[in-house]
Amino acid sequence: MAKYSIQVNGKKHEVDVLEDMPLLWVLRDIIGLKGTKFGCGKALCGACTVHLNDDAIRSCSYPISAVGDAKITTIEGLSEDGDHPLQQAWEKFVVPQCGYCQTGQIMNAAALLKRNAHPSAQEIEQAMQGNLCRCGTYNRIKAAISEVAGIPNAASK
Amino acid sequence: MKILAPFQKKKNENISSEVFSASRRDFLKVGGLLTGGLVLGVSFFSCNEKGKKIVTIAPNVYLQIGSDGKVTIVAHRSEMGQGIRTSLPLIVADELGADWKNVRIVQAEGDEKKYGNQNTDGSFSIRQFYKPMREAGAIARLLLIRAAAQQWKVPAEECDTEKGQVIHRNSGKKLEFGDLVEAAKSLPVPAVSEIKLKDNSRFNMIGKETPIVDLHDIVSGKAVFGIDAVTDGMKIAVVKRCPVVGGAVKSFDDTKARAIPGVIKVIAIKGPGLPATLRKPLSGVAVIAENTWAAIKARDLLEVEWDLGPNAGYDSAKQIEELKQEVTKNGTVRRKRGNFLAAKAAAKKVIDHTYVAPYLAHATLEPPTALAVVKNGNCEVWACTQNPQGAREAVAEALGFQADKVRVNITLLGGAFGRKSKPDFIVEAALLAKESGLPVKVQWTREDDIHHDYFHALSVQRIVATIDNQNKLSGWDHHIAYPSISATEDNAVVQPSDGELGLGATDFPYDVPAINVETHDAKAHLRIGWLRSVRNIPQAFAVATMLDEVAEARGVDPVANALELLGEDRNITFNEELVKTTYPNYGEDIANYPWEIARMKEVIRRVAKESGWGKEMPKGSGLGFAVHRSFLTYVACVVEVQVDANNKITIPNVYYAVDCGLPVNVDRIRSQFEGGAQFSASLALKSMITVKNGQVEQNNFDGYQIIRMPESPGQIHVHIVESAAKPTGVGEPPVPPFTPALCNAIYKATGKRIYTLPIDINA
Repeated sequence: MAKYSIQVNGKKHEVDVLEDMPLLWVLRDIIGLKGTKFGCGKALCGACTVHLNDDAIRSCSYPISAVGDAKITTIEGLSEDGDHPLQQAWEKFVVPQCGYCQTGQIMNAAALLKRNAHPSAQEIEQAMQGNLCRCGTYNRIKAAISEVAGIPNAASK
Repeated sequence: MKILAPFQKKKNENISSEVFSASRRDFLKVGGLLTGGLVLGVSFFSCNEKGKKIVTIAPNVYLQIGSDGKVTIVAHRSEMGQGIRTSLPLIVADELGADWKNVRIVQAEGDEKKYGNQNTDGSFSIRQFYKPMREAGAIARLLLIRAAAQQWKVPAEECDTEKGQVIHRNSGKKLEFGDLVEAAKSLPVPAVSEIKLKDNSRFNMIGKETPIVDLHDIVSGKAVFGIDAVTDGMKIAVVKRCPVVGGAVKSFDDTKARAIPGVIKVIAIKGPGLPATLRKPLSGVAVIAENTWAAIKARDLLEVEWDLGPNAGYDSAKQIEELKQEVTKNGTVRRKRGNFLAAKAAAKKVIDHTYVAPYLAHATLEPPTALAVVKNGNCEVWACTQNPQGAREAVAEALGFQADKVRVNITLLGGAFGRKSKPDFIVEAALLAKESGLPVKVQWTREDDIHHDYFHALSVQRIVATIDNQNKLSGWDHHIAYPSISATEDNAVVQPSDGELGLGATDFPYDVPAINVETHDAKAHLRIGWLRSVRNIPQAFAVATMLDEVAEARGVDPVANALELLGEDRNITFNEELVKTTYPNYGEDIANYPWEIARMKEVIRRVAKESGWGKEMPKGSGLGFAVHRSFLTYVACVVEVQVDANNKITIPNVYYAVDCGLPVNVDRIRSQFEGGAQFSASLALKSMITVKNGQVEQNNFDGYQIIRMPESPGQIHVHIVESAAKPTGVGEPPVPPFTPALCNAIYKATGKRIYTLPIDINA
């Protein structure tokens, strides 16, 4: 066990946890932020995606000991009222089905647009390939990201 | 008690509703309703042929209109991504004339006495509840209209409702629903015989697109799934389960596990042995800890000695090889028309192929998880369950409680696909909560989920098709072998049930003079369950790819071939040709939901038109076609495929034509088809579970793969046939025809026929 001070969504949190506890479980079990989801525990599905500074990371495989003083952003901190342009586009295209993977999808897409505001269709697919959706909402995800990026709908092949 | 597969249950087609003024006592029992206002209990009942009421089911759905004009509708079906928390309430709201902005949805708990059968599978929520939901809305509307008419001293017939108001047509006078609540409460509740349903042309929501009610909560991370349920003092349990079904814990050493800080207790769970059942937990050892990570770490450090039981030598690859031999022999006849052997003897051409499909796991993105509290002889559960009543009974049975001492709260489900119909994981939570005296949430890891699923069974099928010297398809001989779902409850079962065969095998609709369907023994060695569209998946794969070969052998276009083989427009029943059974028709009376050749042909023509079927395709590209009726919904599918020089498969376009009767929420019909194509693409191209030494060989999404965005189908075009027929479900029907249409497209693009799933064109 060790004590860590981490910054999540602009707020400092002191936690006393196992050194190898993945950030995901710190967020969910210790801090109580439930919007970040557990899907695989091995960085294979993307449901747990959060931002470490500006980068999308898989929080299920990112130990708390590696966080340091980086700024963590979760879905709860992405926007004030769930009104980030991507969240709005997600609503416009009614992207979710069960919804479980969607917070991870949105966080991953937000990091993509931060580093590349106008990605090509192929760049969207490449960036999003680590995020699984078992319901199969990929086409609407592409449509929503394309809309915010101002490019033609990436669902066309 | 017994958990039944969705297609084994008899549905009650003639459900009608009766609305009663709910007492304070009634609605206080329904969580989430506010006090006050007008509360109507909508009681559903079914009638026999003579119209006599039978009180075999008496589910109630509660509808509340507050004096603030807010309308609360209790959703009694589980939401797993199909949109049912939106689509059933919108039927009530549309008929009532409510303002959707003022409608609030409250999730019902699992209670058979109150809500009837809540098992949300088999694609039947809309099918079963469309009519009663409309009647409920119409009764409430009439009550409000009468209250307003009385106040205005005008005939009720001159009034109507719109956007949460009652309107007097002649004078233009308006009253808010909320202002009529007090007056409406004192009026007698109208009977169903007094109401008149709206004309379809007056729908504001039915047949249109309504976004899902949970949309904003989902995109902002506020939606509560099973994994998000919390209660005071909650602890987390992670379980090491026996890797072989039927095995048991012999002994265990938890010294290392207990050394992990945060570990509270280690408890063994007794398994049922064999049969494994559709409701009981597997044998295992649970670690209860302060948090999930400590529980996972400690679970991995448990040292367990297992008695692996009789399945320890099981090898799925060997079973497939054995079944390939088995299907060449004579089997048990399940459907017979004409004389296949004579047709074969006279045939000009015989096509004979064997089709193999693997075990599949559901792999819901939210792994199974449930929270239970046991206190003072009561148990309360929060879980992502499709089947809250099955869970309630299974928990009661395991704890030795009466069912009324168990309350099951339903969260949102992070995917389900049939997996979350089984309450084994909920029973684990309840047993551990009772044993430890702590509130316990059981968390399955992805590895737990992949290893210990209720699997979609592997299958081997052989079809022999004969073409006579008139160039007609003269004979069809379909041999089938797979472990049955029924074997999970009864180990002696080695052949498919009539219910399973009725999912695309014995209901082969084509007018062929000689039809033979035979089944063969296949023993179950895993827990077999049902996965989105169930046996339609392998059966449609074999039937529709073989028909493509038949078309080619006859020199006929596949679409023209299907239209010709279906024959004249008529309704068919199969009954006189089925051996010792009648066609199950997804639990519905065939008189109420006939098997209509005309509708099948219509979706074929429509998909051909929309896809540009018959157009010239560039080299390396192809269009493939398949059609399939499942869950009473008719679906035709054309898949466009491109295969490059490295055999990389791209799917630029998918075209669906669907006849699901009257479309209720068009956007959710589309989304189910879009998702259904992706779901089917996963199983066609990626997914496979294999078993060695009785143990599943895949662990996570690296070994058990599902489709990712770059390889997923591009544009999915969904064409919905305009219809006023009774609505039918769309959760499962998109899945079956996609895979054979893809296989047929690959043949056009490459000249390679696919007989084994998942597809490997290098094989």
